Amino acid sequence: MTDQRTDVDGMSEAPVEPVSSPPPPRRSKRSPLAMTMARALRLGRTKVGLALVTVLVAVAAFGPLLAPESTTAFVGPPYQPPGEGAVMGTDFLGRDTLSRFLAGGRSVLILSLLATVLGLIAGVAIGLIAAYSRGSMDDVIMRSMDIVLAFPQIVFVLLLVSTIGPKLWLLVLTVAATHAPRVARLARGAALEVVERDFVKAAEVLGEPRWRILLSEILPNITSPLMVEASLRLTYSIGLVAAISFLGFGLQPPAADWGLMINENRVGLTVQPWPVALPTLAIALLTIGTNLIADGLARALIGVDRGTAEA
Amino acid sequence: MKKPAIESSDDRPVKTRWVPHGITWFILRRVLLGIATLFIISLIVFGATQALPGDAARAILGREATPQKLAAVRKQLNLNRPVTDQYREWLGGIVTGDFGRSLANQLPVSSFLGNRIVNSGFLVLLSAVISIPLSLLIGSLGALWRDRPFDTVTSIINLALAALPEFVIGVGLILLFATSVFQFLPAVSLISPDTPVWEELEFIVLPALTLILAVTPYISRIMRGSMIEVLESDYVEMARLKGLRERLVISRHALPNGIIPAIQVTALQLAYLAGGVVVIEFVFTFPGIGQALVDAVAKRDLPIIQSLSMLIAGVYVVLNLLADVATILISPRLRTSLR
Repeated sequence: MTDQRTDVDGMSEAPVEPVSSPPPPRRSKRSPLAMTMARALRLGRTKVGLALVTVLVAVAAFGPLLAPESTTAFVGPPYQPPGEGAVMGTDFLGRDTLSRFLAGGRSVLILSLLATVLGLIAGVAIGLIAAYSRGSMDDVIMRSMDIVLAFPQIVFVLLLVSTIGPKLWLLVLTVAATHAPRVARLARGAALEVVERDFVKAAEVLGEPRWRILLSEILPNITSPLMVEASLRLTYSIGLVAAISFLGFGLQPPAADWGLMINENRVGLTVQPWPVALPTLAIALLTIGTNLIADGLARALIGVDRGTAEA
Repeated sequence: MKKPAIESSDDRPVKTRWVPHGITWFILRRVLLGIATLFIISLIVFGATQALPGDAARAILGREATPQKLAAVRKQLNLNRPVTDQYREWLGGIVTGDFGRSLANQLPVSSFLGNRIVNSGFLVLLSAVISIPLSLLIGSLGALWRDRPFDTVTSIINLALAALPEFVIGVGLILLFATSVFQFLPAVSLISPDTPVWEELEFIVLPALTLILAVTPYISRIMRGSMIEVLESDYVEMARLKGLRERLVISRHALPNGIIPAIQVTALQLAYLAGGVVVIEFVFTFPGIGQALVDAVAKRDLPIIQSLSMLIAGVYVVLNLLADVATILISPRLRTSLR
């Protein structure tokens, strides 16, 4: 996927501070991040997003405990429609659809969270180093990031899966690797403005080591845009991880996993749609939820939330 | 090339004499950069697939590895020779149009993929031809009717659609149109790769619709944002103040400038389609390159994987190049700023 979504309404490329407000004091009582989040929370879309994500995370986290049957037990004939014995019917092997659905969210959620966190860490590190070093180092770093961007994410993941095989650690690492350049671009863009400010110069003059300047002077000042990016990246991670499982290169049978469930049961779609419909709906609601949160945060960040009256 | 009113807001003298030189230099530089990018991509593709530490032949054959088969695969992939020779041979083949033979069925890659590339190309092109004007229209109308019901509704739909993984859109469409709810379209295309898809048009409806739904939100959002910015700009206000009719203001002044950022996004989205077809073709068992790529990954058919990765990356690089050039040619401000 591509990255235009940070750019809400195409109004600005880098997050800008609200017009006419004085430059924020560096250590106010509430950090810029907390302020952005508080403002985002007042938006309807953020609330809906949070509600969706909470429900689905609860299903994924506690589902396995609530499952009426074992995920591998055969409870009836294949593709049995909903009825007695199996509330949502059975899957292509005659296993309980509801139990497999309840158990299948954990893997998607954990893998995509891991991939997002790793991708963010790597991307922020690369972006900050590029922004701080500037010059030819910056050019080299960002050009090589552009090259990774020339692969659609899914192709990049498939390329590596084809040689190493469908390993979960590989899935997490490659999804993270496809996020890193996109995060790096954003982190660099946001950091470029911070690098020029006086307190960074002051820290340099004081002789603070480079890693400390990056971590304690620059990073805290770009957390808000990173927060938006993180929720966006999570949306894409979920989609990507689920897609890879769907293609059969993620979790392997007999594991219960939403992506895999859709793939395994799609042949019997006309007879028994539930083992396909439930996980499809769950992934859809989860990604819509995270994207609503991302959009709410982005709006709060650039000040769209305060309505047109002020503009 | 039409001259939008932008120049009236720019009071620096325009050095027309330098323009052609600037553009040629710019295009040349972008082409060279594109070639360099493709070269590095070829290193990555080759490195990731063939030059891995360990025995690639054994990895490909897995449990089927017999000494004879191992020797055959090694010979076919030149694994007995030094890595640099292997790479040179492979790259030389790709540059001259010899992509090797499929490991799975021993067909030359070019004839195995030929029809599939045409099928996928047709699918992508059809989706692009429908989704680009559609999303430009939705975006512009959203900007003109900002915060009115049409804008609100399309914004919400865009936000939701943009979040959905494309295979979820595809499976959702199958659930809606090919099963219980309204059953009138085939869920999967059971046609052989050798039949041109346009002879079996009903099989292309759902895959194309999926791609359109996946791409439209992005382009229309950018178009909306850029049109809003343009409609609030000085030169549009100027055009209005001098008494031009609103239709002319929009068609002559706002649209040509508002569309510029959309070009970049459109190119990005078309490039994305080249990758997006992978999952969507698998959903609909559409006989194209995406389906072939997934099959090849499952069978570890390296020549196919390498060729398709290079092809998709190549499409991406070329589209980005075209977008950059088109942006420069269309926008007067950039055209004159090049020296």
